[in-house]
Amino acid sequence: MDSFLKTLQKKARENLISWSDQQLIAQEFQLTLAEAEEEILQAGFLPTRYQRNQQMISTRQQLHLFQSRVAVIGCGGLGGYILEELARLGIGQIIAIDPDVFEESNLNRQLLSTMSSLGRPKVEVAKQRLNDINPAIRVTAMATAFTKDTGQSLLASADLVVDAVDSIATRLELAAVCNHMKIPLIHGAIAGWFGQVATIAPGEETLQRLYANWHHGKGVESQLGNPSFTPAVAASLQVAEVCKLLLKQGTPVSRKMLTINLLTMQFDEIPLP
Amino acid sequence: MQITVKLFASFQTGRFQCDVRSYPESTLVSHILQELAIPESEVGIILLNMIHAKSDQSLAEGDILAIFPLVGGG
Repeated sequence: MDSFLKTLQKKARENLISWSDQQLIAQEFQLTLAEAEEEILQAGFLPTRYQRNQQMISTRQQLHLFQSRVAVIGCGGLGGYILEELARLGIGQIIAIDPDVFEESNLNRQLLSTMSSLGRPKVEVAKQRLNDINPAIRVTAMATAFTKDTGQSLLASADLVVDAVDSIATRLELAAVCNHMKIPLIHGAIAGWFGQVATIAPGEETLQRLYANWHHGKGVESQLGNPSFTPAVAASLQVAEVCKLLLKQGTPVSRKMLTINLLTMQFDEIPLP
Repeated sequence: MQITVKLFASFQTGRFQCDVRSYPESTLVSHILQELAIPESEVGIILLNMIHAKSDQSLAEGDILAIFPLVGGG
């Protein structure tokens, strides 16, 4: 590994390794791009793509994010922004789960929906997008619905799960599976100008409380729809929670719900002990 | 009796954010939902003095009632 270190020292500019050098290093040392990125971080060097992260995320923390595995359930309104931000944050392993294809009515808000992606499976488009952002990210794309029966195998080895589904029934199943597998769940849901975010540690029953009065069907989003900006806000808050939880920093929205009203610009924390 | 009613998200539309309202003794949470034309099927959580409550609970002077809609989009 001495020659690996020497190569990094030779190529680094102020500790930064450019993408072209990362590719050359991968080739020279017969590593995949993912392995090269991990080795570079392990050696204390930073891929240049993370240069603007480094004032708030150390190289050691960047390595931890790259070694983390985050599952995103749903690749629509919330999911599109969540996947984009996880990739740019530097999460090294991302599992994207969604059974649907893109439709015209997704174009008003779903980041991954474009004219060229209409009719294509959402997870396939997600994988291509993440690969365009960083080919070193290992993306597992599963074009399947999350259910309590498929859940355990879909979430195997995930460090964290992000809720971006559009059904309350599926959310409750997701919460039960995460609790059983002892995986923290970052909940987000939206309707019109409104949204909510909560971080749920194993053993907490936040979602069961939030939806205790639910019997069947959808929430108020069926009347309010969803505009372009609400998913972006809620998704960004969810990714901030992912970052904090993985890096063990700050204070998560735990045992409470953050409720978002973009019409009045009110953010309220509601205790859910 | 005086009850402070706080509405959240879409329940504010056409109604109010926060209002101190007069009700007769033994008013239930469900009576207030009916008065405000909020269908129970749209209600997510109800907090009575910051503690989870059900719609059949009765209210007392000075109570603070907060009502949130079911939000489930993604």
